[in-house]
Amino acid sequence: MCPPDYFGIEYEINPWMSRSRPADPVAARLQWESLFDLLRGKLGLSISLLVPEKGAPDLVFTANAGLVRGGIFIPSNFRHPERRGESPIFRRWFEREGYEIRDLPQDLSFEGEGDVLAVGDDLFAGYHIRSDIRTHARIGELLDARVLSVELADPRFYHLDTCFCPLAHDSAVYYPPAFDPYAARVIRAHVPRTVEISAVEALRFACNAVVVERNVVLNTGCGNLKSILLGMGYTVWETDLSEFIKAGGAAKCLMLFLTP
Amino acid sequence: MRTFSWVVEMRGHIIDSLTFPKVLDEILGYGAEYETEEIVIGKTRRDPSYARVRVTASSEETLDKVMSQIGRLGAEAVEERDALLVPAPGDGFFPEGFYATTNYPTRIRNGGRFLDVEDLCMDSGICVSGTENRACCVKMSRVKAGDLIVVGHHGVNVTPPRRDPIRHGLFEFMSSTVSPEKSKERIIREIAAEMRSVKSEKKGKILWVVGPALVHTGARDSFRRIIDAGYVDVVFSGNGMAAHDIEASLFGTSLGVSMAEGKIVPQGHAHHLRAINFIRSQGGIARAVESGRLKDGIMHALVRAGIPFVLAGSIRDDGPLPEVVSDTVEAQRRMRELCKGVSVAVMVASMLHAIATGNLLPATVRTVCVDMNTEMVTKLADRGTHQSLGLVTDAELFLRELAGMLSG
Repeated sequence: MCPPDYFGIEYEINPWMSRSRPADPVAARLQWESLFDLLRGKLGLSISLLVPEKGAPDLVFTANAGLVRGGIFIPSNFRHPERRGESPIFRRWFEREGYEIRDLPQDLSFEGEGDVLAVGDDLFAGYHIRSDIRTHARIGELLDARVLSVELADPRFYHLDTCFCPLAHDSAVYYPPAFDPYAARVIRAHVPRTVEISAVEALRFACNAVVVERNVVLNTGCGNLKSILLGMGYTVWETDLSEFIKAGGAAKCLMLFLTP
Repeated sequence: MRTFSWVVEMRGHIIDSLTFPKVLDEILGYGAEYETEEIVIGKTRRDPSYARVRVTASSEETLDKVMSQIGRLGAEAVEERDALLVPAPGDGFFPEGFYATTNYPTRIRNGGRFLDVEDLCMDSGICVSGTENRACCVKMSRVKAGDLIVVGHHGVNVTPPRRDPIRHGLFEFMSSTVSPEKSKERIIREIAAEMRSVKSEKKGKILWVVGPALVHTGARDSFRRIIDAGYVDVVFSGNGMAAHDIEASLFGTSLGVSMAEGKIVPQGHAHHLRAINFIRSQGGIARAVESGRLKDGIMHALVRAGIPFVLAGSIRDDGPLPEVVSDTVEAQRRMRELCKGVSVAVMVASMLHAIATGNLLPATVRTVCVDMNTEMVTKLADRGTHQSLGLVTDAELFLRELAGMLSG
């Protein structure tokens, strides 16, 4: 994760961002710390922190640093120039930590764990809005996994992690209208149990949840999904992330799994 | 009408992700056409697939639109090039990196035009004749220094054989091994119908690969009836089948077992040697037939009808019979030659020759594999040819039923 010292709305690269709706730094810090405490204290995760840098307001969204599997780090190639300054920061960190860096071709955009999520042995990979489908074959080769490409069809759900959330090795939560018809079919065909959420909860980033075994951490105001998850035997932790939603991200966007 | 076309490639889990059908749908949606030039589907879940598709449109504008749409779906344009031709450095071997063929219909691009590769055969190289602009498969041992051989993958298009959508015959619904539960009589009936259709519509030759079990099980007469009815155009076999066939003609035994009574005859173990010896003394099977000394049987029927055969030799052979080709490379060459124009191949009770023949035939030949051994049938039926049928049954039963249907 990365503390929100320099978090703010400095540009507009997705439909959620508007410089006329700035983030409140005090509220943002409280919300971030609340998430951090939940993840570390309640979910038992050990969390490494990146040092925040001025001029990189979206560095908090570490899910987009790249993809980590075993000792391999596949760095992101950001589609928008506004975030490209984050790449060297992330890279330095992973180099220092001794990860093997495997780059994708520079001309192909790829936005990391924000667009690639595992259900069992399969990797679901979003494309079209931020990541290029041509990275999928290479990722499959690098990680020796089947990569199921799914087209994102709604600009508000511009990363896979905003509309798709793996629960266990055979289940996932998703928002069908965010996908094109082929992608929706692929998800239904390859995820044995799916939970569909409503538009209202999708817009509250219900799918942008952190799941660790039987624990789920997500934004407040997703009562229906919460009930379903409780019914499935999950423990649900809600925490307000409204300041980060102003930038188009919530719980999952704010963290990157190092050992998925 | 002038058309505009480009070739694209897709890689990855394009089948499971539905991105491949999506690309094809997009192409059609714009009123353009596609032709799948090559598709390789990953064997296991993790293995990626590959597809190469030619997109054709009636206007450059449409083509551009299609290309940009499918480009974002992962279909990347390939640059078309001529096949790389390298002269063979010496006799009897290919240049390094030579393109190794499959038995699927193959074309190569030369001088901007596509040539069909002739004499299709797997595990061969492709040789282009400079003077005639023709391409054909060539076996390693037959390469001459200076022959232009295709090297690498560029400019080579491979197409899996299309199934004929109109016909609803046997081969359309069946593939791989037929389980013993299915009605054999019905299947043999359909094989007979297929053979009759090949003959009546002059759609090629029928090749038979047979083993000695034909003789041991008493199927000689049935096979002879099929020969007489005109459904045998080429035969591949070995010293064993021919020797025991002749033993049966001369001594009434096969491997020393009486054909009539099924009992071992005294001194019978040497009968096949005596048969071979006799033919050698006559100067060959053909001479023995001409002089009237060999009066019946399979070899007699083949010689009388002028049906070409190759008896390929092996290290196990007694004799061998004079017609047996003991130089295996030469035997392979003759078999390849006789494979030209074959559209149906029937392999009965023969493991080694059947496998060898399977390696020589293009994927477009329909094959029928008959054996008592399920593993044998599965192995043959699954080799490289798409249109093959396996039947687990006794050779004698199969041939007797088939003979009844073809000659009755």
